[in-house]
Amino acid sequence: MLLAKSLPSLPDCLKTDEALIRGCESKVWLHIDLDESQHNLVLVGDSDTRIVKGLFAIVLSMYSGLTPAQAKEIDAYAEFETLGLIKHLSPSRGNGVRAIVDTIQDKLSQW
Amino acid sequence: MNNIAELRHDFPLLTRAVGDQPLIYLDSGATSQKPQCVIDEINDFYSKNNSNVHRGLHSLSESATSKYEQVRDKLAKYLAVSSQEIVWTSGATESLNIIASGITQSLSSNDIILISALEHHANIVPWQQAAQLSGASIHIMPIDKYGVLDLPNALDMITRLKPAVVACTHASNTLGNITDIKRIIGTANQVNATTVIDGTQALMHLRPNLSELKCDFYVGSAHKALGPTGLGFLFGKYDKLNALPVFKTGGEMIDTVSFSKTTYRNAPAKFEPGTPNISGVLGFGAALDYLNAIDIARLKEYEQTLFKYCLSQLQEIPGIIIYGDMQYNIGTISFNYREEHHYDIATLLNSYGVALRSGHHCTQPLISELGIQGTLRVSLAFYNSHADIDTFITALKNSIELIEG
Repeated sequence: MLLAKSLPSLPDCLKTDEALIRGCESKVWLHIDLDESQHNLVLVGDSDTRIVKGLFAIVLSMYSGLTPAQAKEIDAYAEFETLGLIKHLSPSRGNGVRAIVDTIQDKLSQW
Repeated sequence: MNNIAELRHDFPLLTRAVGDQPLIYLDSGATSQKPQCVIDEINDFYSKNNSNVHRGLHSLSESATSKYEQVRDKLAKYLAVSSQEIVWTSGATESLNIIASGITQSLSSNDIILISALEHHANIVPWQQAAQLSGASIHIMPIDKYGVLDLPNALDMITRLKPAVVACTHASNTLGNITDIKRIIGTANQVNATTVIDGTQALMHLRPNLSELKCDFYVGSAHKALGPTGLGFLFGKYDKLNALPVFKTGGEMIDTVSFSKTTYRNAPAKFEPGTPNISGVLGFGAALDYLNAIDIARLKEYEQTLFKYCLSQLQEIPGIIIYGDMQYNIGTISFNYREEHHYDIATLLNSYGVALRSGHHCTQPLISELGIQGTLRVSLAFYNSHADIDTFITALKNSIELIEG
């Protein structure tokens, strides 16, 4: 929850249906794009719950600043397992993290 | 008579832990816990008496059939109706589907189906199907801003609209409100509406007397009244019940079958194709025996005392918003803390061993009428204690501190 507080809130205009990730028990919005140099990833997002937002902050920190090629190599879900976080998550929340990670990988594959 | 506070010792699951915390089970609205006698009955059936019913001539089958049919009598007695008016189903959801799909054929585009804003999805969606197929329209009996049914308005709608069907819950699964269904049924009977009551939440807490209530149909699920999952019942006044068309077909429910034509048996058999949930029915029989041995007035009094205590403890916490009828209630409290998401608080409470429900509770239209995303829901039963509530309140205060900290 402390992590959640460190992640700035998304303005309401960016909380669009297109940015909404399906498969989460709570609402999660994600925007992913390249920075001005067109090399590195920029990710912004938000959630309506503190706990998912905290988990989301961890996911974002894993991907931010990487090139799309580097990012494709990351298995964030496995990282969560390494951190021992998955076992603390209920199946629905575990699946929520997976849904976030799957959405990021899906968008990366479009580049 | 038994001391209600001692009955919790009959429920083995209540002694378990969640992680390193003792379990505080406050989710009986989702499913009730089971007393040892119900677990033993199911175990005994499979270890000593397993056989199919209504089939073999051998002793095992005869004994199983006789015990199975005795449970139908027990439920009929519990509800004060006749045994032939009870159909076994897979749950209240299936029961409502049998009724709604059966009534569809007699509805036309001039007809109105009247439901309350408190209904569970299971008492909304089958009616939407019925409306879509028949052209009938659905009207809603409204609630006030606290989530309490506006009874004068509801009665007026029944008189004015003369609906073909009035479908209403006996007690709200989300808010715990007890609906004054006696007056709703009375008014509906005056305009010859078919009355369908969802008794899923009321069955254990209120022990409904259907010969007094005089509704046409009443449904419930065994697992919310100490019985096993996968079993429910449909009560229908015999003529109305038998007039419904068959819902599922197969063996057992037939009278004669040839390759060109089949004739069906009368209710309840016509609605019970295939091998029934025998162990479920026997387990529910043990649950009904258990409930019948408890004095209902004392059970209600005990549950009301717990409810008022929990309510007063919650009301003392600044920022807690409580929804629903706080006077006529089966012991279910829906609440939120300020603008906080129910998901976060439920997750934190789980780490203290507190099991409660969060979300929309399968009542999205009701939640949206209240202008919220969802609630946290405490649903009490007679096997809860004052100590359960104390532990819950402490855990809630700690969770709030973590969020505010």
